[in-house]
Amino acid sequence: MKHRTFFWFFLPTALAMLIFIAAPIVSVVMQSFFTPHEAVLVVVENCGPFGCTEETSIDQEATAQLRAEKPLGRFVGLDIYFDRGHLAIKEVGEAWRNSQGLGSFFSELGDLPFYRALAFTLTYTFVCTPALIALGFAIAVAVNTLHRHLKGFVIFFSLLPMIVTPLVGSLILFWMIDARGVLGNLIQWLAADPDLSLKASTGLMWISLIVYGIWSSAPFAFVVFYAGLQTMPQDTLESAMIDGATRWQQIRYVTIPHLMPLVTFVALIQLMDNFRVFEPIVGFNAEAHATSLSWIIFNDLSGETQQLSAAATTSVLTILGVAVLLSPVLVRTWRDFAGRGA
Amino acid sequence: MSIASERRSPALRFALSAFIVVWLIIAAFPFLWTLWGSFKVELDFFSIANWTNALTGANTENTYGSPFTGVGYEGAWIKEEFWRNVINTAFVCLFVVTTSLTIGTLGGYALSRSGYRYVFWLLIIALMFRALPQITLVSGYLPVFFNWNVWGFLPTAIIVLVAINQPFTLWMLHSFFESIPKDLDESAKVDGCTQFQAFWHVIIPVMWPGVITTGLFSFLLAYNDFIVTSLVLAESNRTMIPAIAAFLGTTQTEGNVMFAVAAVVSATAPLFVLVMVFQRQIVSGLTAGAVKG
Repeated sequence: MKHRTFFWFFLPTALAMLIFIAAPIVSVVMQSFFTPHEAVLVVVENCGPFGCTEETSIDQEATAQLRAEKPLGRFVGLDIYFDRGHLAIKEVGEAWRNSQGLGSFFSELGDLPFYRALAFTLTYTFVCTPALIALGFAIAVAVNTLHRHLKGFVIFFSLLPMIVTPLVGSLILFWMIDARGVLGNLIQWLAADPDLSLKASTGLMWISLIVYGIWSSAPFAFVVFYAGLQTMPQDTLESAMIDGATRWQQIRYVTIPHLMPLVTFVALIQLMDNFRVFEPIVGFNAEAHATSLSWIIFNDLSGETQQLSAAATTSVLTILGVAVLLSPVLVRTWRDFAGRGA
Repeated sequence: MSIASERRSPALRFALSAFIVVWLIIAAFPFLWTLWGSFKVELDFFSIANWTNALTGANTENTYGSPFTGVGYEGAWIKEEFWRNVINTAFVCLFVVTTSLTIGTLGGYALSRSGYRYVFWLLIIALMFRALPQITLVSGYLPVFFNWNVWGFLPTAIIVLVAINQPFTLWMLHSFFESIPKDLDESAKVDGCTQFQAFWHVIIPVMWPGVITTGLFSFLLAYNDFIVTSLVLAESNRTMIPAIAAFLGTTQTEGNVMFAVAAVVSATAPLFVLVMVFQRQIVSGLTAGAVKG
């Protein structure tokens, strides 16, 4: 295809991505270095028969003029990055000096909003992803042994947790694990503790959020692995059987190596998606126990006063996090590509 | 797998079936439970006294004389005017799907038919855009939208959703077009067609399976979106999902959680039908990127 033709075909989608993805990234980075102008204050002295009083008031005109001249706000450099709501350099330093051991240092870090969110986001990402891959693999192997009339039926119900809107799915689970819901009742009965409530305990809340994450994403892994199983080389499997491989050995040495590229693919997609965990926290009403980086940004943006600079700063930090998470994949793709070109 | 299945011991077969039954219960039971419970009153759905109330509807029968009641649905759809949100969602989904398919098809086709190096880089950039959490972009939109007075309207949300979903659409359509033989449009060009004519007359007629699958996923992305719609739309233009989130805030104080339950079931129903009708396409779409990449 000629460059010219390519250009015209690709122009609409390129424009959409430039204007609504690339430009906002630039704008978010810019915003994170600026903070809104403070109001210009004027001190007026009112003198009367009983003496003088000084009165401070906002000079509306000057404030408006300043805002019009520099709409981005006041340049503060990296100040917002280092403030208490974000990297909190000062507080971290203090905690490091004052704490007795690593345990108390981390518990002090847990009080800082950014680190609290980071801790949950990372735990969620790195617990959910391997767990859902394992569960998805197990379901795929099991479904593959079914009679083919049953397969369609099982796949239909398996798809539901993934297809359903994340907020809706998390609400459905949340209502069931509510202390008055059916699962909540069951858990109370199992633990023999009638006052047990998931909402009251941080640990239990983290576990329920992670269970939701596995529940909602395992179907994706299942479907991908199931499709991979359909392309299994039958003769390799048969020769393994003739050589006397046990069922477990067949899975370990034939099936898993065959599915390995798909595992990488699912892991990549799920790392990206789990890192942005947000809806379950809203659905589970869990912000007292668990917050995520996405939740902080949403919270900054949706309040009465939108804290754009704070949200922008967290956004930049989140983007950096995604970059770190994806760097191994990008490096590998680059190597493959460079290898192919040479 | 015919040989393998003959050799399975009964114990293993039983274990596998039991595992599948357990998984089916985990996957489907929450939906059935909520559907059943949405026709009860709150005291049954959230039962302190006895969990079987949720099944039998004892309190519902006491109040309304029948174990089933549509009060939750009536409250959500009529009192809270959930139908407006449903119409907004339909509007948003329709335009997001058609627009992203139109521009995505052109772009994906171009990517699959150009052998130059920049194609690789464009795909990598699209992958990186796909990896960005969508919410990180929103604080970039808001000041501009406020300045231009476009905040709060449905078309704004539609354009944002289209653009945000382009990377994904491009990847998917690109892999579908790769599977259509290049000889097809090359020979049309040899016969004197321009590139666009070749695309229009030769490729479009054979690309429908890929377009339908990609369209399904664009639909799901638009339908399921909570972040963009809740931050970009004004209260009067809300789509279903942010409306449900808003229900939670207002109804918990008024004791009308059942409105939210009914709205949740109403929002799930179309997805149920969608999976039932398009199961094959969804499965093929999920695996398209995986098996080829």
